[in-house]
Amino acid sequence: MRNVAGMIEAFSLGKVFPDRQRPVVAVDDVSFRCAPGEIYGLLGANGAGKTTTMRLLATMLRPTSGTAIVGGHDVVREPERARRCLGFLSTATALYARLTAFEMVQYFGRLHGLDDAAIAGRASDLFTRLDMNEFRDRRCEKLSTGQKQKVSIARTLIHDPPVMIFDEPTNGLDVMSARTIVAFVRECRAAGKAVIYSTHIMSEADKLCDRIGIIHGGRLLAEGTAASLKSAHGGDLEDAFVALVDAA
Amino acid sequence: MSPVFTVYRKELKDILRDRRTIISMLVVPMVVMPIIMLLFGGVSAKLVQSALEQVPEIMLLGGEDSPKIRAALASDRGLKLIPVAPDYAARISNKTLRAAVELPRDFDERIGEANATVPTKIYYYQGELRSGFAAEAIEKCLRDYRDKVLTDRLANRGLPADFARPLNTVRQNVAPPEKVGGNFIGTILPYIVILLCLTGALYPAFDLTAGEKERGTMETILSSPASRTQLVLGKFFVVLTASILTALCSLLSVTTIYLISRGLFGLALKGKMSLGAFTVAPGSVLAVLVLLLPLAVLFSALLLAVGTFARSFKEAQSYAGPLILMAILPAAAALLPGVDMSPKLAFIPILNLSLVSKEIFTGAFPWGYIALVFASTCLYAAFALWLAARMFNRESVLFRT
Repeated sequence: MRNVAGMIEAFSLGKVFPDRQRPVVAVDDVSFRCAPGEIYGLLGANGAGKTTTMRLLATMLRPTSGTAIVGGHDVVREPERARRCLGFLSTATALYARLTAFEMVQYFGRLHGLDDAAIAGRASDLFTRLDMNEFRDRRCEKLSTGQKQKVSIARTLIHDPPVMIFDEPTNGLDVMSARTIVAFVRECRAAGKAVIYSTHIMSEADKLCDRIGIIHGGRLLAEGTAASLKSAHGGDLEDAFVALVDAA
Repeated sequence: MSPVFTVYRKELKDILRDRRTIISMLVVPMVVMPIIMLLFGGVSAKLVQSALEQVPEIMLLGGEDSPKIRAALASDRGLKLIPVAPDYAARISNKTLRAAVELPRDFDERIGEANATVPTKIYYYQGELRSGFAAEAIEKCLRDYRDKVLTDRLANRGLPADFARPLNTVRQNVAPPEKVGGNFIGTILPYIVILLCLTGALYPAFDLTAGEKERGTMETILSSPASRTQLVLGKFFVVLTASILTALCSLLSVTTIYLISRGLFGLALKGKMSLGAFTVAPGSVLAVLVLLLPLAVLFSALLLAVGTFARSFKEAQSYAGPLILMAILPAAAALLPGVDMSPKLAFIPILNLSLVSKEIFTGAFPWGYIALVFASTCLYAAFALWLAARMFNRESVLFRT
């Protein structure tokens, strides 16, 4: 039996942005599935439609066609319920500068409907695991990039969601901060969460993702494991990517 | 805990940790406004007082052949004659001379004739306070002289002095002192409170919307399970709190400062100018506060909608100028003499509150207008709140960068 609660399924997702001159098709008929304990990578160049797809899955944007099921909830009909099942992290998801690390995590715990006792217990566990106790009561504006990343991770995990969505989370980060994120993504997989991971970095997708969907011009061009994509198009993942994009 | 309350609590904590909010919410109404008012009140009272006390220097043009009128002008304690110079007009314009009076040739002789009317001319600087006082002093001296001549003329004909005065008019104030004072404070106070009600909401509204977009936390909060309407309501209540607190602080400080300055400057001007007696009736203050509530809702929701629409804090700030102007103009219109409440004006937001507050502070409670002002402002406030919620639900606005 499928674990519906821990799955992500996109069904012909489409998003068209209205424009005065001509409508912009950002996502066009995209379908894929990500099972619990799996990392599904969305690989594409800048402007390929990765972020829009992620925002559709996270219910920040409403699809103009198709739909998706996140943790058993339809993103169009039950966006709030879908959001309860997911953790969303990107380089654009900043922290509240004037809140402390703990207050930031506590705020999201409360928004997820957890009571203060549950938040305290869960936060204590997360802060210890992520080695955050030293800066627990320091305002986010005073934290280093790496410390901020850890707070963001704790923020996405406070409600222990079965689904994780990462939109280019290592963009602009130094090697150490990026490694923290990558290690955390792997932990999520190990914990049985369904993980969607968007990136334009070939090596990252190759190392991290169980299956990869190559997206270009808003369309999903191909899907498979890194090995199957490489063998189908020859060379490494970058060669396969370029061959697919050129053929599109 | 309701997500609206969770958002409210967090946003309130967040903005109270921001120095700029504290400045706009507490420092401006409690410190800056009183200082400005005290300085302005003190300086203007001092200027008026010194202008009143100073004996104005004036020139007498002509009249060399008329010693009587010259003597009358020279002996007036409220005037100081100085030697004539041909550049008197330039001196008046340069404010080195207060005024000049021109007498025609043979003034004494002509005024002695039984039926003659002798023209005189006063040169002064219109709009200049001290020159105006000098012109008034000259007029008073000439008026006294005219009355004396008239009495003599009447006596020569064997007529009583009142013969040429069939009507005697005396002005008598019948408004109670609190109304006289209430009219003054009732005009100026709503203007200040309305303005600060808006400025108190301005910074938090922009910070919680455009500021959130700019700092990249908008996407973070949108990923939470709170609905957009819950988010906007939580933010709205914070902005409303800031607006009401600023209005309350300003009401408190302006009233206190008025009472203090009336004591200080009123004493200084005693017997010359009156600032009016004034007692603040708690009922009046309460009624104005109740009427302010829907206006604070209107401002908060409107500013939240504008802040949500703006791409950045800077863009939001560029809308602030016109918004403040839109609030100042109707509030200031109520200061104009002769602008009184009417059924039509009762529907113009801000102006209606200013006008009805004027009435309330004088002790009158026009309940029909009060209800109309409250209901119409509630209606506009509801529309503004709907607009803010709609803005926050539009992805083209939220992701407008």
